[in-house]
Amino acid sequence: MSIIEVNNLSLFYGNFQALKNINLNVEQQKITALIGPSGCGKSTFLRCLNRMNDLIDDVHITGSVKIASHDIYHNSFDLLGLRKKVGMVFQRPNPFPLSIYDNVVYGLRVHGILDKKIMEEKLKWSLESVHLWAEVKDKLDANALTLSGEQQQRLCIARLAAVEPEVLLMDEPCSALDPISTAKIEDLMYELKKQYTIIIVTHNMQQAARVSEYTGYFLLGDLVEFGETTQIFTSPKDSRTEDYLTGRFG
Amino acid sequence: MYLNPKIEQRVVQAILWVFTLATVFILFFIIFYILHKGLPVLSYNFLTTNPLDMGKSGGIYSTIIGTIALTIMSLLIATPLGVGTAIYLTEYTRESRITRVIRFGSECLSGIPSIIFGLFGFILFVTKLKMGWSILSGGLTLAFMLLPTIIRTSEEAIKSVPYNLHEVSYSLGSTQWQTVTKVVLPSALPGILTGVILSVGRSVGETAAVIFTAGSALRMPTSLFSSSRTMAVHFFILAREGISMPNAYGTAAVLIITILIINIIAYRLMHKFIKKYS
Ligand SMILES: Nc1ncnc2c1ncn2[C@@H]1O[C@H](COP(=O)(O)OP(=O)(O)OP(=O)(O)O)[C@@H](O)[C@H]1O
Ligand SMILES: [Mg+2]
Repeated sequence: MSIIEVNNLSLFYGNFQALKNINLNVEQQKITALIGPSGCGKSTFLRCLNRMNDLIDDVHITGSVKIASHDIYHNSFDLLGLRKKVGMVFQRPNPFPLSIYDNVVYGLRVHGILDKKIMEEKLKWSLESVHLWAEVKDKLDANALTLSGEQQQRLCIARLAAVEPEVLLMDEPCSALDPISTAKIEDLMYELKKQYTIIIVTHNMQQAARVSEYTGYFLLGDLVEFGETTQIFTSPKDSRTEDYLTGRFG
Repeated sequence: MYLNPKIEQRVVQAILWVFTLATVFILFFIIFYILHKGLPVLSYNFLTTNPLDMGKSGGIYSTIIGTIALTIMSLLIATPLGVGTAIYLTEYTRESRITRVIRFGSECLSGIPSIIFGLFGFILFVTKLKMGWSILSGGLTLAFMLLPTIIRTSEEAIKSVPYNLHEVSYSLGSTQWQTVTKVVLPSALPGILTGVILSVGRSVGETAAVIFTAGSALRMPTSLFSSSRTMAVHFFILAREGISMPNAYGTAAVLIITILIINIIAYRLMHKFIKKYS
């Protein structure tokens, strides 16, 4: 079942068209990978799905994005509710310079959940879901910046998990991590898939092949090809995809 | 004129050294001189008894209380106004004519000599608004003097909070106000505090603006409408009218120690703040 339906989506930064008529459906509780060379619009596309591009001046969007059948760009759409439902993991681990505890419960507080007991339950549950609980349970008051990069990235995922989103957008979540940490985060994604729909942008082709069920290839603002990962990687329909995958690109 | 680069380097270095030494020397000379003259007068009694006979004898208790009251008053007014302005300038508007006017106004305010603030406060608060010489008039006047510093340091502190923290906060579904109060302000707090503490130092040491607005009554202040004498004003009056030089130096010693401590705390905080984001 598709949870996200994108129809004829175009995005302009001023006069520059960064996305050209994108059409794509994202399946629920699957991992979808987006690949493509630098500057082709992967992050821009991802940021359309939780309307982060709203924060940038002079951005103009046409077409439609439906999440769970609701048009998220409709005037009456609840923006804060959308961002609660569609969470984002960024390239660099970016915990707030606050305690581990405050980081994880941040989203709960923002959404008006202030009950100590509920907060502590969710805290434990979300830290457990990213396998960080055992490591940090005795130092919840420590500043989150004292954790290692990989732990910080896990913490950022836990911070999202606490608000129980349905979709996780991950923009190169492992690019600041070493191979071992990357493998750990990939394992985690595999588990998280049971609860969430995940869309991951990655420059690492093996990663896309390893973790995802669907893959989309972006080039200069176009979605050149989209389909099941095995098909894209073994028999791409578009010669440009093949060039990119075999390293003949550019 | 051509100089061998090596020699030039040496000459410049030597000149800069002399300047630095001179600055440090003057600082230490002042501190040493005042402590040398003032410390012998200091005692528990000096700090805890009220001045007698215009300050010829007795201690400085009421002036310490006056200083504290006036400082707290001015900060209570200046901090929310200043931090609020800084939040507005950095988070709620874009660079525009209005922000430039506000910044320009605030820069101008910081360049005005304190005696002019004193006269302004005297005319507006003391006479026009009939607050009389009082802690209230003095606090309001001082607050205007402190505003530019608090605005500028708060602005810098807020600007140094990385933009991606805003993004994360929004991506978790926060409103702008939640982002400001739960992420930006806590992260900027040490920087903001530094500005506030430096302002405490200025407040404590200010004389000209205070003497015109809070007056120089030696009585213990009893309300916001009491006139009150601060340590700085007390020192000024004792010294200028030749009432008692030893007591003047004693007061000065207390003042200088207080300001030193305040500056050290501010410096420490600043360091902590810089470490956090580098
Ligand atoms: N805020 C912006 N204003 C103007 N142009 C932008 C902005 N953000 C991105 N762009 C442009 O849009 C295009 C797509 O950028 P985007 O960041 O989406 O690419 P990307 O595929 O994520 O690249 P990378 O792999 O390097 O992260 C680029 O040409 C970029 O220069
Ligand atoms: Mg990108």
